[in-house]
Amino acid sequence: MTETRQDPTTYAIEAVDVHRVYRMDGAEVRALRGVSLGIREGEYVAITGPSGSGKSTLMHLLGALDRPSSGRLLVGGRDTAKLDDAGLARVRGSEIGFVFQSFQLLARTTARDNVALPLVYRGVGRAERRARAQEALEAVGLAHRLTHRPTQLSGGEQQRVAIARALVGRPRLVLADEPTGNLDTANGREVLATLERLNRERGVAVVIVTHDAEVAARPPRLIRMRDGLIVADGADGPDIAGSAGSAVSR
Amino acid sequence: MKPWEALRLAAEALRTNRLRSLLTMVGVVIGVAAVVVLVAIGGGAKAEVEHEVEGLGSNIVFIVPGKFQFGTTPSLSPLRLADLRLAAQVAGGDADVTAVVDSGEQITAGQNSYFATVQGVTQNFDVVFNRPVTEGSYLTSADVTTSARVVVLGANVAATLFPDEDPVGRTATIDGVSFRVVGVAAQQGSAFGVTQDDDVDIPITEAQVLFNVGTVQSIEVKAPDPGSIGPISDRIVSGLESEYPGVQFSAVTQSQILGTIGRILSLLTLVLAAIAGISLLVGGVGVSNIMLVGVRERTREIGLRKALGARQRDVVLQFLVEAVTLTAVGGVIGIALGLGTSAAVGALSPLPTQIAWWSPALAFGVSVVVGVVFGVMPARRAGRLDPVTALRTD
Ligand SMILES: Nc1ncnc2c1ncn2[C@@H]1O[C@H](COP(=O)(O)OP(=O)(O)OP(=O)(O)O)[C@@H](O)[C@H]1O
Ligand SMILES: [Mg+2]
Repeated sequence: MTETRQDPTTYAIEAVDVHRVYRMDGAEVRALRGVSLGIREGEYVAITGPSGSGKSTLMHLLGALDRPSSGRLLVGGRDTAKLDDAGLARVRGSEIGFVFQSFQLLARTTARDNVALPLVYRGVGRAERRARAQEALEAVGLAHRLTHRPTQLSGGEQQRVAIARALVGRPRLVLADEPTGNLDTANGREVLATLERLNRERGVAVVIVTHDAEVAARPPRLIRMRDGLIVADGADGPDIAGSAGSAVSR
Repeated sequence: MKPWEALRLAAEALRTNRLRSLLTMVGVVIGVAAVVVLVAIGGGAKAEVEHEVEGLGSNIVFIVPGKFQFGTTPSLSPLRLADLRLAAQVAGGDADVTAVVDSGEQITAGQNSYFATVQGVTQNFDVVFNRPVTEGSYLTSADVTTSARVVVLGANVAATLFPDEDPVGRTATIDGVSFRVVGVAAQQGSAFGVTQDDDVDIPITEAQVLFNVGTVQSIEVKAPDPGSIGPISDRIVSGLESEYPGVQFSAVTQSQILGTIGRILSLLTLVLAAIAGISLLVGGVGVSNIMLVGVRERTREIGLRKALGARQRDVVLQFLVEAVTLTAVGGVIGIALGLGTSAAVGALSPLPTQIAWWSPALAFGVSVVVGVVFGVMPARRAGRLDPVTALRTD
């Protein structure tokens, strides 16, 4: 676990030797067994690996939805271990945007109000919330779907609403756990293109977990996981992706 | 999250499950309505009794042997008719003094009969107790001194015994003794079945013979003004106490009776309201139950809100405000129902009702408190949910 970073603030988020152990009925599941990685501001990263390798667990930790059993998690250089519930909530609400495989939109709520939801918890007034939500929806190409409810939208559109929601708080980092997993190829491509465009145009760091080799091949950096460990990290070299068992980094 | 955002969310959630929200409110609605109605009935009863006691005539003092305590039977009276003269003497010429001996008796006239309170009184009883006659005349002092067998009928008694004819001049029988009807008292109305309209008045001298007693139960004095009540009753009590060494006498004033009755009725009202409050408690348990169901149903929503930046206290606030909105709306409906029912009871039944300003306010306050108390547990459960686990439930 050698640390080679020069300036911690260059990382949007950084995990240092994190472990995550689930205890159930006395048995222990070691979902993460010492993972270190840093995501730079504006970076575009894919994470892949077999089912059960700990990808979602890692994403939850990076997204401050969960705390590591041991190890440190730094958001913008600040250790999240020192944060209480309210502090973690603030990180989730303002530093990070989460995109889920199953969209997770409120069914009875319009696209615009779904997108505005994170702003409610930042004390933003209703009019401004709606304006910013509208802007975010425009950015994902859904300006014409403001008052549609999730059931009135296609899967791809729903996921783009979710992306708009992840973006509306202007986070450093968008974490997308299998965002195309529930979509057909065409819709999946559209969602991916949206994420890539936002990464390019707005400089938001994007981390995508995917099982799809085609999707995994697109970002400049690919991280491979197996059995709770990072087994390859393409950030270290352009062609290291695929060389399982190489040195674990950050 | 701003508090009004929580209110908006609550309104939305309750609207989404409109029927369920209404059914959940029913317990609170009934509880609040019951409290309002029972307090109104209690208040009405109190007002009625006070009015009735005031109607006895103002400035009346009852002189009774023994120490006055409400609810205890008066001790055996040593008072005799002669003491009336003593009392009148010490009271002074401005005060009216009378005495009563009474007993429940059957009074008959022809085929008709009535169970009446037969009271032996003096000729000025009508002045002391404000009992005007509508037909004939009241007892005279000659009637009292000669133990005349004459009777003044209460309005109900007259109506029953002589439904179709003028009672004055006719004969009614009490305990086998015939009395000539000389007058009929004006209708006075009733409070709780107690009414002077069921009374018949005969000369106290004749009553003592009829009931075979040598004493009188009490002496009643009507003071000329409120300020002289105290001095007059003091003079009578000390006069009687020197006449009967070793016996204690009490002067009971109207305000004492009012105070005692008021205390009893307030207590009764409180007990009734507390019983009604139990259904409020049951309503609260229902709210708790439904809120728990809601938290379970919306686990994923809660997980999502937390993932998007909601703090524990934001989620707690959301569900707490939802519970309080539920009970507060129930409270408002209950108050409206309670006020309506009170008005209907007052108008359509013999029970008088009176709305105290504080009872709807209190009922509303209590329903809000019920919401907080019974909402806290489900809300805290929601707040404690782990976002990752919550998001995974379906
Ligand atoms: N709440 C939990 N309790 C117990 N074990 C868990 C829990 N969550 C995850 N695990 C276990 O941790 C390991 C990693 O799970 P994780 O969801 O991170 O895998 P994944 O790489 O995302 O898999 P997939 O590609 O199927 O989504 C698995 O063995 C899983 O069974
Ligand atoms: Mg997963």
